[in-house]
Amino acid sequence: MRELVVLSGKGGTGKTTVCGNLAVLASSKVMADCDVDAANLYLLLDPVLKSSSPFYGLKKATINREKCLGCNLCLHLCRYDAIGPGFVVDPVLCEGCTVCYHACPCGAVEMIEHVAGHLFLSDTRYGPLVHARLGIAEDNSGKLVAAVRKEARRLAEEGTKELIITDGPPGIGCPAISCLSGADLVLVVAEPTFSGRHDLERVLELAKHFGCRAAVCINKWDLEPENTRALESLCNRYSVPVVGYLPYDESVMEAVKGGRPVIQECSGPMEEGILALWDELKALLELR
Amino acid sequence: MIIAVASGKGGTGKTTVASSLALVAAEKGEVLFLDCDVEEPNGHIMLKPRWHKKETVRVPVPEINQEKCTLCGRCAEVCAFHALVVLPREVMLFPTMCHGCGGCWHLCPTGAISPGWREIGQVEEGSSGKIGFVQGRLNVGEAISPPLIQAVKERIRPGVLNIIDAPPGTSCPVIRAVKGAGFCLLVTEPTPFGLHDLELAYEMAIRLGVPCGVAVNRSDGDDSSIRQFCHDNSVPLLFQLPQDREVARGYARGIPAVEVRPEWKGHFLALLAFLEKGGYARCAN
Ligand code: SF4
Ligand code: SF4
Repeated sequence: MRELVVLSGKGGTGKTTVCGNLAVLASSKVMADCDVDAANLYLLLDPVLKSSSPFYGLKKATINREKCLGCNLCLHLCRYDAIGPGFVVDPVLCEGCTVCYHACPCGAVEMIEHVAGHLFLSDTRYGPLVHARLGIAEDNSGKLVAAVRKEARRLAEEGTKELIITDGPPGIGCPAISCLSGADLVLVVAEPTFSGRHDLERVLELAKHFGCRAAVCINKWDLEPENTRALESLCNRYSVPVVGYLPYDESVMEAVKGGRPVIQECSGPMEEGILALWDELKALLELR
Repeated sequence: MIIAVASGKGGTGKTTVASSLALVAAEKGEVLFLDCDVEEPNGHIMLKPRWHKKETVRVPVPEINQEKCTLCGRCAEVCAFHALVVLPREVMLFPTMCHGCGGCWHLCPTGAISPGWREIGQVEEGSSGKIGFVQGRLNVGEAISPPLIQAVKERIRPGVLNIIDAPPGTSCPVIRAVKGAGFCLLVTEPTPFGLHDLELAYEMAIRLGVPCGVAVNRSDGDDSSIRQFCHDNSVPLLFQLPQDREVARGYARGIPAVEVRPEWKGHFLALLAFLEKGGYARCAN
């Protein structure tokens, strides 16, 4: 079994659209949407929800006023200013570090279980999909990403699937880092803009930092061919192959608007580009 | 006044809108642009500031005096983030997992741990014509951005228009960026992705008690789903920017939208007038 993780350095480069197309093309796979902040892949795959389970974040503190002597120690120690007047803990600010819990001389702090999001399992016509939703203002996206990947792995093993396609989160922070461990290949979707170069460089740097094999797909490559060449030379510098070129195509917007993977409606250079990308990925991942 | 520009997800044109807004506003008065998308700060590509100042941002981390340490294991036990591991001969720290909560140094029974500092990124300050510019830049491989966002926001100037370019998503970093703003402009695009992310971003703004309005980018003329959303939630739909290949090319080369399409300035002027009149106060739910 192989895991392909699709990243982009930032949102909006077409990561999810590329994943949707790969999901149509790959035969034996499980899809995992690790953009737990704003999961979008399911919007393309027309899923039927099969199960949902709560995801527990770090426990948060509450202070039992009956036991509290008002010594102010917890107030003084809390680095997140989560403890307000009257020793009321603000759950949004509390990071669950447990300092107050351990420090309180009279055992007045309790750590309470707290649901930070949900993990979903869905069936789509292209195969199973694991996705999640982190509650608004919740921390711990890295942990939820890990839970999504673990579930996808379990499903893939159970169904003896060849491939896991992971739609990664944007950025290079905690959730993206959480996607890298154990991935067989990181596909970076880049766009030929000035900012796209920066973004690409930062993801390639990240992949290098964590010792991951990477490949690049340039989306809307014909928008600004000069910048596309700049992306190519950047890839060269990092010894990362460019394995796909997708054109700027307004029909993509149409397909996405209708909630369908592009490959089902496009033709010409777009279709060729997607098929060629998939061939390259198959070769890199040594899939049949 | 502090205006946050957010979007729920990346790539909707948040930076396009924020930079154009800054340029238009700068024709009328003093503006400070604060790029809080510290993982991928891109505003500087559009506004091309000259840099004056750079400061490193540090967060607290434990420093372990292996000589005083008796390997009792207390620090690893209290660390809720599993940043410390007690090995047979030493205590090991995984710095990127540390939240700097101070539990280990306060609770170590032998006083073997003291607070130290670790650099997580930089805050850079500069200016672009009449626009003051601040951005945070997170070091690669660093997982925790809120302290850096906080450091950027410490540069907010009272009495001028502060435009915050927020990071994507709806979790801690965005919350940190949008919190305390007087108004939040939610940028979206008329696709199911855009609508879905708009719903999340809207919920976030409501949670923070920040009044908000919507701007559609890459409109193809039919924005009925977004329109419906705005109508159902009584959020003002402030303006729509059409899908435009020339603007996309301009963006690719680092040219702001209002420079490619000066006729779009009217949208931003109208937004500024709307904010000035305090029209938004009515949309606080
Ligand atoms: S440490 Fe305990 S007793 Fe002291 S103020 Fe905090 S909760 Fe109250
Ligand atoms: S400061 Fe807090 S998070 Fe960091 S190692 Fe110590 S206990 Fe863990």
